[in-house]
Amino acid sequence: MKTKLLTMAAAAAAIAFGTMAAEAKTKACFIYVGPIGDFGWSYQHHQGALEAQKELGGEEQVELAYLESVPEGADAERAIERFARSGCNIIFTTSFGYMDATNAVAKKFADVKFEHATGFKRESPNVSTYNSKFHEGRYVQGIIAAKMSKAGVAGYIASFPIPEVVMGINSFLLGAQSVNPDFKVKVVWANTWFDPGKEADAAKALIDQGVDIITQHTDSTAPMQVAAERGIKAFGQASDMIKFGPETQLTSIVDDWGPYYTKRIKAVIDGNWEQVDVWGGMADGHVVMAPYTNMPDDVKAAAEEAQAKITSGELNPFTGPITKQDGSEWLKDGEVAEDGVLLGLNFYVAGVDDKLPQ
Amino acid sequence: MFEQIIITIATAATPLLIAALGELVVERSGVLNLGVEGMMVMGAVSGFAVALTTGSPWLGVLAAIVVGALFSLLFGFLTLTLVTNQVATGLALTLLGIGLSGMIGESFVGQPGVKLGAIYIPYLTDIPLVGRLFFGQDPIFYLSILLTFGVAWFLFKTRAGLTLRSVGDNHTSAHALGINVIGIRYLAVMFGGACAGLAGGFLSLVYTPQWIENMSAGRGWIALALVVFASWRPWRVLAGAYLFGAVSIGQLHAQALGIGIPSQLLSSLPYLATIVVLVLISRNRRLTLINTPASLGRPFVPDR
Amino acid sequence: MRVELVKRPQHSALFSALSPFIALGLTLVAGAIMFSLLGKNPFDALYYYFIDPLTGIWDPGNRWQLHELAIKAAPLILIAVGLSVCYLSNNWNIGAEGQFIAGAMAGSIIPVMFPGFQSWIVLPLMLILGMAGGAAYAAVPAFFKVRFNTNEILTSLMLVYVAQLFNDWLVRGIWRNPEGMSFPGTIRFSEYAILPQIWPEAGRAHYGFVFALVAAVLVWFMLSKMLKGFEVKVLGQSPRAGRFAGFSSGRMVFFVFMLSGALAGLAGISEVAGPIEHLNEKISIGYGFTAIIVAFLGRLNPLGIVAAGLILALTYLGGESAQIAIGVSDKAVRAFQGMLLFFVLACDTLIHYRVRIVGATAKAEGAAQNV
Repeated sequence: MKTKLLTMAAAAAAIAFGTMAAEAKTKACFIYVGPIGDFGWSYQHHQGALEAQKELGGEEQVELAYLESVPEGADAERAIERFARSGCNIIFTTSFGYMDATNAVAKKFADVKFEHATGFKRESPNVSTYNSKFHEGRYVQGIIAAKMSKAGVAGYIASFPIPEVVMGINSFLLGAQSVNPDFKVKVVWANTWFDPGKEADAAKALIDQGVDIITQHTDSTAPMQVAAERGIKAFGQASDMIKFGPETQLTSIVDDWGPYYTKRIKAVIDGNWEQVDVWGGMADGHVVMAPYTNMPDDVKAAAEEAQAKITSGELNPFTGPITKQDGSEWLKDGEVAEDGVLLGLNFYVAGVDDKLPQ
Repeated sequence: MFEQIIITIATAATPLLIAALGELVVERSGVLNLGVEGMMVMGAVSGFAVALTTGSPWLGVLAAIVVGALFSLLFGFLTLTLVTNQVATGLALTLLGIGLSGMIGESFVGQPGVKLGAIYIPYLTDIPLVGRLFFGQDPIFYLSILLTFGVAWFLFKTRAGLTLRSVGDNHTSAHALGINVIGIRYLAVMFGGACAGLAGGFLSLVYTPQWIENMSAGRGWIALALVVFASWRPWRVLAGAYLFGAVSIGQLHAQALGIGIPSQLLSSLPYLATIVVLVLISRNRRLTLINTPASLGRPFVPDR
Repeated sequence: MRVELVKRPQHSALFSALSPFIALGLTLVAGAIMFSLLGKNPFDALYYYFIDPLTGIWDPGNRWQLHELAIKAAPLILIAVGLSVCYLSNNWNIGAEGQFIAGAMAGSIIPVMFPGFQSWIVLPLMLILGMAGGAAYAAVPAFFKVRFNTNEILTSLMLVYVAQLFNDWLVRGIWRNPEGMSFPGTIRFSEYAILPQIWPEAGRAHYGFVFALVAAVLVWFMLSKMLKGFEVKVLGQSPRAGRFAGFSSGRMVFFVFMLSGALAGLAGISEVAGPIEHLNEKISIGYGFTAIIVAFLGRLNPLGIVAAGLILALTYLGGESAQIAIGVSDKAVRAFQGMLLFFVLACDTLIHYRVRIVGATAKAEGAAQNV
């Protein structure tokens, strides 16, 4: 018994000094809000982490650690602090709800770099924020939807009314209206990020009300499967869902965090990490479109053209004239929305068949 | 369209109905198993895994049933043989089920599953308006209706059912009459586990053929609520499950119509409706008391 | 061969004390097997799970973990203590999660709607409002039960979902922080509305843990020393005997529901005013349900519940520590938690029963002898 205790004490000591011994290796740590098995948001972040590790020389060079399903309340600060104390050089906190906790811990650990996804607070110089312009992909989807739809109305399965989701709905509709000014979108709020059954029910309800294109801002592949069953087209979300709808998926917005994670971990290795506020889009490789499938060549060409224009910066989805849902003017002809307004967006553009909770 | 909506409601109601029928038999025998959610999610993952590896959805269904029953044995052993507290043991079973299923399912995430397809009977399924509703749904839907018949018949028309109810109503006198109380409760618990497993298998093989961690998303709890809601009567479980399904689907349709009511209020409608109906039913005090198994949740140790 | 239980004439003091240790021993063995099967070193795994979070006891550098333990345990203990009174009186409140949220919302009224009101009295008022909110929300199933004989398990559970959705609506709608970039959540509370930390130099544990300890002692005193506690137990074991003694079971239903609701509400507002510092839609992470397990692990005894709450909190912290250090998955951690609970529950059987393993032949003989 005594020897066992001693072994344990030795193990404890080894852990305490482990950080020094492992100086050569860079430790990158990730906090996920869901299980990595959600095949959605957390899954994609984890894929990005694995890709970065591979890019930077594998396990020899970069050590990965992660905690999944960390609640966004009092537990978050503990989880982040634990990482900071366990020798992580850079910590990625991958959900909005970790914002205050990330900043609180960052103040205590000046040597550790913190990267908070989707937030806007950077209270100390060792905190960066990063996000992706997923709405760029949604604009392209809107163009495809308007060209493919016979009914002139698409169904949108939404999760929660946060700016990012509202931005996505608006961008999708603006893309569609650039092809067909009368295009409409019906929105159903599932009030969940993933509940396959409920998402499937929402897809069925929308189809029964006459939409012939489904797009989603929830994580599971259920809506894709329902669309496949009912013989209409759909867009994937977060990852390439083509396996779930080989004859259904038009394209999918793939959250590709790999390039960003590679860049930032490399900056830590090279010793030139600096605070940034990144909102990367197609041009930065954050937003990747899955192959355009199940559509005629002219639609594909139009989608590729829009993608190229957005990537080159020639086209910004939020360029006036744009009218708000209530009929008032938002952007004048040629005017481009400011990032600050978009990141706090809480109104619809004209043509959305839904009322946004205020 | 009307037919489609009814079928959507039936699909939403079927897993609730099956799991609740199983739990009803368990509770009628005097045992309260709060682990439905855990057994369901175990059924979902094993059904999915077996169907995917063998390519046969029917083997998947079978696996879901067997795993559900085996998993419930753990609960049975603790609460019946070791007389642990049923409420706490059931909750622990749910914790264990969610954890274990996540471990088993890790390698199945992101793979499309094998779907147990709808049946097709020439001519009958093609009848306009009602053909698909009556003759064109998935086999488990029909099974769930048969199961309702079966459970109702078993409980109220057979000797074995009478025995099971007498165990639930007063285990001491049942024991005095020479009935094997523990044995009957074991069987009831396993039946409940098999049903919960089947309900889980329905989720991952019919409803949404895929595996996602924790994919039962609280349906086990709703099933538990339905049993009480139905005051332990099988046909009322069916009514409750379809009512719940109808309100859930109805709120999605209301949203898609864009009527501008806060989605949180619409989402809470199924729960509020359950409370209201429950209050209305239970106002008749005598009727409720007659149906409630009097020994529910009480431990039993035979005197020797 | 089968297992038979023989009831002890009175519960065994020896096994009362021993059973947690037997359970722990069995869990260690089972856990070691499970971690070995997962390809991890079982000793490392168990070390990180059970010892690492406690190293703060002798290692000041790790003292922060003890604070985190207190933060995690406080709501579990507060809620479970209230639930124990409910369960002892045979009232099945399983909606503490909803009462937790109701308390958090009611307590947030002052700092959110009157942010200009800054005085030392704000915090006490918030705590009182939190308790009142939780109690009021718990009174709903109590009312239905007393007035309409409606099953409280179901109504209290359904009200959890309603509270979650209402809170969601509140923090996305009228209570949303205008400067929060349209994200859900209220404004950050002012310093007068924040629950102070007990010992800020060492960690961030706040006074919620003290409330939990005080509540446990007070409820323990009520249950074991006061007439009210006697009334709770009598009505719980035999409502008829209680009625003969002149106790009102209707009033008792209200009393226990509102007491447990108040404690859950206090836990809710302490969580919001303590570590989170504003109200948002993510505050409900299942404390109300986990507390049910805590209540039974603590054998419905408030002092036992303090220990049980700390143990359950330990499994969360240890689970994280094991995930980081040796990479066991979160799933394995949950499964292990379930196993631990099973063993603890099973071993408590020894307190009231002797276990006899009977072979087939021995059983026949036993039957013969019994005749």
